[in-house]
Amino acid sequence: MSKGLNTISADAGVVGLEQHVEPQVMHFSAPLPLASGASLRDYHLMYETYGTLNAARDNAVLICHALNASHHVAGVNEKGERGWWDNMIGPGKPVDTNRFFVVGVNNVGSCFGSTGPMHTNPATGKPYGADFPVVTVEDWVDAQKRLMDNLGIAQWAAVMGGSLGGMQALAWSVHYPSALRHCVVIASTTKLSAQNIAFNDVARQAILTDPDFHGGHFYEHGVVPRRGLRVARMIGHITYLSNDAMAEKFGRDLRKGDDYSFNYDVEFEIESYLRYQGDKFADYFDANTYLLITKALDYFDAAREFGGDLNGALAATRAQYFIASFSTDWRFSPETSHELVKALVKNKRKVTYAEIDAPHGHDAFLLDDPRYHNAVRAYFNNIHIGGVA
Amino acid sequence: MSMTPVPSTTDKALNVADLIAGIQRPDFNIISSWVPSGAHVLDLGCGDGSLLDKLRRERQVTGYGVELKDGNVQACISKGLNVLQQDLEQGLTWFDDSSFDVAILSLTLQAVHKTEDMLREIARVGKTAIVSVPNFGYWPHRLAVLKGRMPVSKTLPYEWYNTPNVRVLTIPDFVQLANDVGTRVVEQVVLRDEKVIEFMPNLRGSLGVFKLIQQ
Repeated sequence: MSKGLNTISADAGVVGLEQHVEPQVMHFSAPLPLASGASLRDYHLMYETYGTLNAARDNAVLICHALNASHHVAGVNEKGERGWWDNMIGPGKPVDTNRFFVVGVNNVGSCFGSTGPMHTNPATGKPYGADFPVVTVEDWVDAQKRLMDNLGIAQWAAVMGGSLGGMQALAWSVHYPSALRHCVVIASTTKLSAQNIAFNDVARQAILTDPDFHGGHFYEHGVVPRRGLRVARMIGHITYLSNDAMAEKFGRDLRKGDDYSFNYDVEFEIESYLRYQGDKFADYFDANTYLLITKALDYFDAAREFGGDLNGALAATRAQYFIASFSTDWRFSPETSHELVKALVKNKRKVTYAEIDAPHGHDAFLLDDPRYHNAVRAYFNNIHIGGVA
Repeated sequence: MSMTPVPSTTDKALNVADLIAGIQRPDFNIISSWVPSGAHVLDLGCGDGSLLDKLRRERQVTGYGVELKDGNVQACISKGLNVLQQDLEQGLTWFDDSSFDVAILSLTLQAVHKTEDMLREIARVGKTAIVSVPNFGYWPHRLAVLKGRMPVSKTLPYEWYNTPNVRVLTIPDFVQLANDVGTRVVEQVVLRDEKVIEFMPNLRGSLGVFKLIQQ
């Protein structure tokens, strides 16, 4: 599965439509200090690269992943799965891998290969389970910084992410101001609202109270808290769509016939869809990872270390910003992006803001929308590469 | 941040070569001549970013354009300009008092519903404000109305039913409103195409360009 350490080979090459990309793994033996006070020792990160690092080593773009995504950003992997942002990243795409060397990385705590709750805790010899330390967005950025150093990249041309990935991009610009030239924050926010935290906690409660959860040590019992994961995903999924998108796709359609059946079986199309999404999610996602990642979302507050002053938090930044939001995204609404734009303008930072009038809700950042993709394409076309440094 | 002394119109503004170069939008050259080098500017309703691009080249400005239309926003991004997609009708709450050396409304004020608020706001956020407006007092416009038809011209290039312009005004109307909202007109140039009109400007000019400061 892994190709070994620090391989930046030409054969990683261009992501053609049918060309397979292979994940790589990088080990770190120095402990990673975490915001909680704990530290993670002897961990590894999974990552993929697309395109070629140029001679000036100034065309590297880091893609930070959202909640249930991974290092597999673009192209097709060995299982035949297409990357989660394949419509955005690749040859001739808005983030053009003919120009840029793109790095997709999986965060620690995830269930997609990087060190996480399913891996062995060196202290006990058993899987971490619930003992895996709580991680924050800033911890992830610190871990990614080490990957960057080991790849021999002194400065990212851009760090880019949507939703939770956008928080990581923003954290990069605050904590490592010189390490990136452009910060691309899409459908994201500087901090969650109380309503967002509430949704996350309902999802966590579904998992924590599942009888198969076993305090997070369900691996030893050979079970998975499927019911909890299903409900967690169903709640999440509702918040990722807009009311209009849901109405258009499902309306009040019934699966069979025209009559109500007066019971609690799957009856409406939307119920069927959500249960299907929930089941699918429970098949591949880890319950402990879901808890960790939603907690990282809740904890993120770009201004917290600066006494709640967002303007102060951004005072040391040096990157240029591209911010985008979607009109029907009620999870991370345009208003939350406005706060970020305002604070950047106050600091006289170079910032471009696109507010895309799209019907799809939060998920719009993953979908094809010509106005959105054209704006990203135009922005990346203007990123200067080829020997600035 | 610091503002260089504002050049007077007499020594800079009316460079004939400049005026001819900006044949599509003659107000752009006047505006550029009034923007100090290195100024931090806000261009409200910046369209495809042509003016900001010109100001960046000629005056090395920093700052932002504000624009609503997707196609224009994309054109600005393609030019490498900083553009913020926002509806001007929602006000300028993103911007602090006097946070820009120059705030610009070029041929935009007449397309805004909240005209008075917009003028107050631009004077609030800009240490200097520059506003250009089409002049309804231009004699062919008056003649068109006299003949019973709404005017269509280079500065009012729309039919009555498809115009984005929601306000029609004359040069003295603008000056009156500028005074009413607590600003003072410190420079004024009236143009017809590329030509500066000094004699009977409200009758003979089709476009007014004004520099305002808060009183």
